[in-house]
Amino acid sequence: MLDQTEPSYLPEDPLEIAGNTYHSRLLTGTGKYRDLQETRDATAAAGAQIVTVAIRRTNIGQNPEEPSLLEVLPPDEFTILPNTAGCFTASDAIRTCQLARELLDGHKLVKLEVLGDKKTLFPDITATLEAAEALIKDGFDVMVYTNDDPIIARRLAEMGCVAVMPLAAPIGSGLGVQNRYNIMTIVEEATVPILVDAGVGTASDAAVAMELGCDGVLMNTAIAGAKHPVAMAYAMRLAIQAGRLAYQAGRIPRKRFASASSPIEGLIE
Amino acid sequence: MDLMVNGKPLQLDQPANIIDLLVQLELTKKSVAVEVNRTIIPRSLHPNHQLQPGDQIEIVHAIGGG
Repeated sequence: MLDQTEPSYLPEDPLEIAGNTYHSRLLTGTGKYRDLQETRDATAAAGAQIVTVAIRRTNIGQNPEEPSLLEVLPPDEFTILPNTAGCFTASDAIRTCQLARELLDGHKLVKLEVLGDKKTLFPDITATLEAAEALIKDGFDVMVYTNDDPIIARRLAEMGCVAVMPLAAPIGSGLGVQNRYNIMTIVEEATVPILVDAGVGTASDAAVAMELGCDGVLMNTAIAGAKHPVAMAYAMRLAIQAGRLAYQAGRIPRKRFASASSPIEGLIE
Repeated sequence: MDLMVNGKPLQLDQPANIIDLLVQLELTKKSVAVEVNRTIIPRSLHPNHQLQPGDQIEIVHAIGGG
């Protein structure tokens, strides 16, 4: 029987965001699940420590005994990352973050996204820059959803965002990493953690993002929309670990022609 | 008094503060944030903040999102 345990030489490899360290590099969204139990199970299978939530109006007249998301994913167990999903202006995004801070008792970490249009859900970059600046000034730790432009990524980092999160493909598209050279360029120049946010469709996409050197991946639809979300969550967890290790191990260069694995010398004649 | 809560009209006996409103809506056990006329009212001030007729109130919570 082969020894299936992990090799002992694996380095400690924590992800540091805004002064906190995490051993999981997979961040998950909490939307689109069938129910809260599935949300909880998939989050556990993913091993996620940072989970995004949306801020929305409460349903007036709802059964008060109905469990809420923060009871299933309690803030003392998970780092809650409120997002500004659905915001198309800087002022709406800022207002949402301020409500989230009040809701979560002064919590400073937020995921900023200011969307430019409903068809692509691409970020509105000028509004994103404006909102990021205001939020940082107001004391927030901003993880920012952005496009794959290395110049914008650099500017957001210089401004003081605690993580820069370029898309790999449109939100919810599942197209995989469509921009690997841009992601590579962003990663090579990074001064803050770079996380792919959006576009992953399956485990190999997550592995690709990590092999490119990303510090983590944030995903929601790829897990919640899978036929078996809990199984996909675990697949993603393994892919993130595999991709990270492969990145650290250093892949071989690509060559156009073959290179024999067995020695040429000593062939029988 | 007539209020607008999350975009819908609501009648409340006055005087009422934010706690009274949350009691009426059975939201006291829930984690929520409250905005009155676009100003966030911190939780510690809920008992002291008297609502006025015509106030536009937003009550938000965290739900699943990506």
